[in-house]
Amino acid sequence: MSAARPLEPWRWLGVPMLQALVATVLFGIPLRLYGLQLPQPVFPMVLAFAWAVIRPSILAPFGVLAMGLFLDIFWGGPLGLWAVCLLIAYGGALSARSIMASQGRLILWAWYGLATASAMVAGYLFVMLDSKSTPGVIPLAWQFLATIVLYPFAQRLIDLFEDADVRFR
Amino acid sequence: MSLRDNPLGELKVPLTWAAAIALVVAAIAATAILVTDRRETFKAEAYGATRRASDTVLAPVGDVLAAPGRWTGAGVDTIRDYFFAGSENRQLKAELKEMRQWRDVAIALRDENDRYRTILGLKTDPPIPMVAARIVSDSHGPFADTRLANAGSERGVKAGNPVMSENGLVGRVIGVTDGASRVLLLTDIASRTPVMIDRTNARAILTGDGGPNPRLDYLRGRDPIREGDRVLTSGDGGVLPRGLPVGTAVKGLDGRWRVVLASDRAAIDFVRILLFQDFTQVVNVKALNEMPTPPPTPGPGILPATPPEPTAKPPTSESAGPKPSATSSPATPKPAATAARAPSITAKIPPAAKSASTVLSAPAGAKPSVAASKPPAAAKAAAPKASTSSDAAKPKPAAVQLGAPSPAKPSPAKPRPKTPAEGAQP
Repeated sequence: MSAARPLEPWRWLGVPMLQALVATVLFGIPLRLYGLQLPQPVFPMVLAFAWAVIRPSILAPFGVLAMGLFLDIFWGGPLGLWAVCLLIAYGGALSARSIMASQGRLILWAWYGLATASAMVAGYLFVMLDSKSTPGVIPLAWQFLATIVLYPFAQRLIDLFEDADVRFR
Repeated sequence: MSLRDNPLGELKVPLTWAAAIALVVAAIAATAILVTDRRETFKAEAYGATRRASDTVLAPVGDVLAAPGRWTGAGVDTIRDYFFAGSENRQLKAELKEMRQWRDVAIALRDENDRYRTILGLKTDPPIPMVAARIVSDSHGPFADTRLANAGSERGVKAGNPVMSENGLVGRVIGVTDGASRVLLLTDIASRTPVMIDRTNARAILTGDGGPNPRLDYLRGRDPIREGDRVLTSGDGGVLPRGLPVGTAVKGLDGRWRVVLASDRAAIDFVRILLFQDFTQVVNVKALNEMPTPPPTPGPGILPATPPEPTAKPPTSESAGPKPSATSSPATPKPAATAARAPSITAKIPPAAKSASTVLSAPAGAKPSVAASKPPAAAKAAAPKASTSSDAAKPKPAAVQLGAPSPAKPSPAKPRPKTPAEGAQP
């Protein structure tokens, strides 16, 4: 009967969210090794994708919103930019959830890349309209690459909690 | 078990709908926040209480987290210094030898510059006070390039202050709170910096695009730039002081001119925040915007046919007193600009020419005298020693000096010689 036990939000929402925010702060340290800065991946993208795959939730979109606002404040960008981008990724993954069900690891990785790309393209377009200037594609590509290599963390989260509630199996 | 056969499948429907509604609500909230954000205005009030509060919290956290990195770097530097002391000593000696030559050149140039400034009566920029700060957090994504420095309003930092590393300009402050300031880097997509090319004096706007090398937009002039040209701030618009080093010009892979930032030569851990106040901060905008009623334009009926000749009157307290602005009509040009610059001229000309300088030291609006227009013999004798001074001491009608339309009778004064300040570099 333990399989039917409702999933507690703090386990699959609270703790991973805290971990993602701590990782973001750690990667914001002004450290430079051999002239190279630390990469700056979008850690909350992992959660935005994994939460959508695990199960639909009322709390998850607000968690994504909070993480996006934190990114905007911490990185000093336009307030709401990453919140919108992450929600686009979350919404896309949520709507394609039935298609992604029982897919292999590599296919899910591709879906994760697609969700990340859609979020970044949305951010690119908005920033272009907002600043009336074209952002560089190369820094965008670097951040995209740094973000999609984080997929194993999303996979681990999915593996941990996908079967935690049989109603959403 | 398939989804259709799942006995608990019907429970998913309401939760899925509720989740979808929650997603829509969150998306609307995020969009509303994004649309109402006024970060791009870079006004102190647009920074918002949320950002100020979060910066206050994040600055000490970042400082603590960055401490191990700083200690490690300091340790590595100590070890490197120990092992490479000999070679570094040789290198420093060579640099010192070269720098001594540059020091002599700099002293000569400074002296020459001071003389020119005094002769021209230029109002030089006052020294800009600075605040040292440490960078405690860093973001370098495609959509935001900012840093958080651990000095804020308690040390006099204001939004708009330029920020420099030991190598060059880093950016400017866009938000200040107690104990922290947010620095917008030159590479940020929203950053626009008026710059000039050192060699040609050509102006451009340095536009960030999220990459490490911001591009030069709106370059003006024919062949204004070459590979390797130094790029400095132009000071246009009064946001930044003129002459701060920005970087070196390079041709990008996309065919556009870009700048390799001077501040990228080393890690930016410590910065200097220049407490520079731009024109809009210093000036009383309200008073500036009030348009005074202009005096009535003198018609041809009241204009004399020829401007009156300056009379040779000794300077008295009455004649030296300021006159109403209405008297300085275009028909009676007065050496207002010359008189205004008189104090600095007095400082340089020799004592023999003091009689001329006493007249020149009268305030603006005073009547010109013969002493000013025709220097006495003593002043003429002293002319070879301070030839430029005597040039500057020659009275010129205010209209000519200030670039206003010439009066009816052409001025007898010779054309204004090109001053060293024209086209001079900082």
